[in-house]
Formats: sequence, C-alpha cells, structure tokens
Amino acid sequence: MTQALESNIRIQSEDFVVTEEIEAIKKASPNIGGIVTFLGTGRELSKGETISELNFEHYPQMAEKKLEEIRQKAIEEYKIIEMSIIHRIGKIDIGENIVLIVAAGEHRKEAFLACEWAIAELKRITPIWKRETTTKGEVWVQDTP
Amino acid sequence: MIIVKYFASLKNIAGKEEEHLDLANGSTVLDLSQAISKTNPQLGKMMHDKKVMISVNMDVVTLDHTLNDGDEVALLPPFSGGIK
Repeated sequence: MTQALESNIRIQSEDFVVTEEIEAIKKASPNIGGIVTFLGTGRELSKGETISELNFEHYPQMAEKKLEEIRQKAIEEYKIIEMSIIHRIGKIDIGENIVLIVAAGEHRKEAFLACEWAIAELKRITPIWKRETTTKGEVWVQDTP
Repeated sequence: MIIVKYFASLKNIAGKEEEHLDLANGSTVLDLSQAISKTNPQLGKMMHDKKVMISVNMDVVTLDHTLNDGDEVALLPPFSGGIK
C-alpha cells in the first residue's frame, strides 16, 4: 500500500515508489509546473572497494526534525511549492533506492536549485550514518559534505 | 541523571548504545566529557577535540552548554546519509 500521501518527510526501512511520490506531490497545488527529483541508489564500488551491502542508521526524531527543517527552508528560500524527502534505513542492497528528494515548483529553475541544495544539506545536518560491507569487512563511512 | 546516546562508529568505541550518568547541578558538556573520559578516554578526547558533534535534546550544542537533569545528550560522528 502506498505511503506517499502520509507525510512529506519519512525515514523508513521499506522501499518507496518514485512515481507514487511524484503523483502525491502534484496534489499539493494546481500551480505546480516543474518537478525535479533526486534519487540516490546503492552503488557497488566505493573508493576502489566492492561493496556487498549497505546499512543506514539514524537518530530517531532528530533525523526527521532535520529533514523537516530542510523541507521548510527549501520552500521558504527557493520559493518552491512543496518538497518531499524520503530516506531509507537498515540493510540496502546494491542498486536499491536509498534516498529521494522531490522538489515541486511553479517553474523548473527553483525546483532544480532547491533539490540540489536539499541533498547537500541532508548530508551536512541530518544524523544518518552509512555502514559499508566489503570483502575487507564493515566500515562506517565518514564523508565530508 | 543525564542520558548519553552513542551512534554508528561511536557505539563500537563506547561498547554500548546508551548510558546514564549522574553529574552535579550546573555541569556542562565539557564536564560530561571529563566524566566519560574516566571510563573511556578515547571518547572523552573525541568530545573535547570536537571530533564528534554533540546534541542535547536533539539540538547541536558546544562544550560550554549547561546540562539539566533528564537531558538527552547524543554523540554524533560525521554524518554519511544520502549518497555522494
């Protein structure tokens, strides 16, 4: 059953359906004319190592709070109409969906800008951590934004 | 009593996900780092050297932040959500 209409901010172990999220955000306003999506997926190679599995952990409540802050700031500062941010946690296989950002505006320009800003901001301020499993073992990734 | 939560790599370093510490009234996050140092010098040093972010009741704070009874402190290693 679709979760797309439940909330614009979600952290969940289950997969999501990109087209359902797009259809859901369209309902926010008849003035939406440009929708930009960013979809992050599990990549097999990282720093030359072959990854067999990814695991994401979050700080419950704080992570959702930060995603909501990003959504509100995107709407206010980039003048878009609505934004959805969905991030999966737990075990993620290679090729699976990890994160989705949907930015909906009247026009394409603000939606592109808001979407690019939001994924960078997510990495910067949201307490979510990635653990990669490779042939050499497990390692917590500590990216710099 | 202060609740201290550890996430991701810090869980391995702490050997636990959470602990409860009693500190004197008016103690700061810096005092907490010194208390943690007594049982885990590596963690205390990471706090003191700002190698980890520290949140109190889910707001990021600095070492001079004063703690109150019942506060939830979290030690947050560098984030790595999303994708590069």
